[in-house]
Amino acid sequence: MKMVYKKRLDGRKFNELREMEAQAGVIPNADGSARFVIGKTQALVAVYGPREVHPKFLQNPKRGILRCYYSMMPFSGSGERIRPGTSRRAQEISMVMNKALEPVVDLSEFPNSAVDVFVQLPQTDAGTRCAAISAASIALADAGIPMKDMVSAVAVGEVDGTVLADLNYDEEAYDGVVSDIPVAMTHNSKEITLLQMDGEVSKEQLMKALEMAKEATEKVYEVQMKALKEKFRTQEK
Amino acid sequence: MSQLLVQERDIVIPGEALAEGLDYLPGENAYREENKIYSKVLGLVSLANRVIKLTPLSGPYIPREGDKIIGCVFDITMSGWRIDTGTAYPAMLNVKDSTNRFVRRNEDLSKILSVGDYLVVKIVQVTSQRLIDVVMKEPGLYKLTDGRIIKIHNQKVPRVIGKQGSMITLIKDKTGCSITVGQNGLIWMKGTPEAELLAEKAIRLIEKKSHEDGLTDKVSLFLDENKVNENGL
Repeated sequence: MKMVYKKRLDGRKFNELREMEAQAGVIPNADGSARFVIGKTQALVAVYGPREVHPKFLQNPKRGILRCYYSMMPFSGSGERIRPGTSRRAQEISMVMNKALEPVVDLSEFPNSAVDVFVQLPQTDAGTRCAAISAASIALADAGIPMKDMVSAVAVGEVDGTVLADLNYDEEAYDGVVSDIPVAMTHNSKEITLLQMDGEVSKEQLMKALEMAKEATEKVYEVQMKALKEKFRTQEK
Repeated sequence: MSQLLVQERDIVIPGEALAEGLDYLPGENAYREENKIYSKVLGLVSLANRVIKLTPLSGPYIPREGDKIIGCVFDITMSGWRIDTGTAYPAMLNVKDSTNRFVRRNEDLSKILSVGDYLVVKIVQVTSQRLIDVVMKEPGLYKLTDGRIIKIHNQKVPRVIGKQGSMITLIKDKTGCSITVGQNGLIWMKGTPEAELLAEKAIRLIEKKSHEDGLTDKVSLFLDENKVNENGL
């Protein structure tokens, strides 16, 4: 029996994102920081650097390197305790985050140095890598790192034949054909810096989902921009 | 056909479009792609004729030739010392640029400057790989032996110094401290313990209110008020 997903479980429109909130400069000790909340998912990011690279063999005499560290807090899920520290999954996400941000970050002025981006998720409800990337983008800008553009990320997907933006955990775990596609895009050129998928989707639906991602990342961008301008506007006054 | 998309002193974020058309030129921290000019940092717009440049609102200290900085010796080499500048790059101080006294061939360099010493030095050269050369053999450059050192954000240094040093002179006069401000954000001060504390408080006040107008007057008022309290106690 084929069911059709006509109404979303939390009552949102198909292209509607969960409520977002962002702040820059939330960690005074860090060189740059940000908090990004989308629905029940929260990401906290601290950026340090450019600073010396350890271990030394990683340093690049042509440009600085970017290093991301993604980590979910032990109590962040909705039940089981998550083992703290790194895991296979966390390492993969750290790597894809790095690749999503590297195209915009320009560290040619800082040879032999490193910029470290630490992400912690105090609470998660799907879409963590996207929240992490969006938050990291704010934090890097806040740290004064030269960037060509901002990166905004959001997940899109298909639940039982319907293309949606920003799936929550209930939708990801929906009993039916589900695909979850995290997408990160630059703002000006709309270049895709992250594209992953879990599940299955037809070519047509994928193209439709990517179109939706374009609009959705734009909404994330608005929130990011507001957070950054807000911080310095209050300083101005 | 060219059009400016921002105004003087606007806050822009990385990737924000600043101008359209070829009549404008990208200055510092801006870049052109096709016929648009975009921002490369989080900063304030400043226009000079057709050039659009950005003053960063945050970011690391970038070592420049001629800057006076405060650094800490962290290593001793054959021919000099390595100095922590508070950036990703250490600086090198050569023996011949460090002291006027005669240094014997095999002399132990730690007798002159040892690890952990703080110095006021001047940057004389920065290479493309960010190797930094500093000297300590000019007037106003010396080894720090007492007092205290505090760290502020390097972007606030110009405000702490003030126009032609007005702010720092004010703090020096009203607290009676000797103060040296390094461009890298390290500040050394020496006076009575109370005066040092007061000077630090004043500097923290500047750091917090660095974007306000009439800051010199506010700091002056702050110093006067607290001076009275101290005498009263």
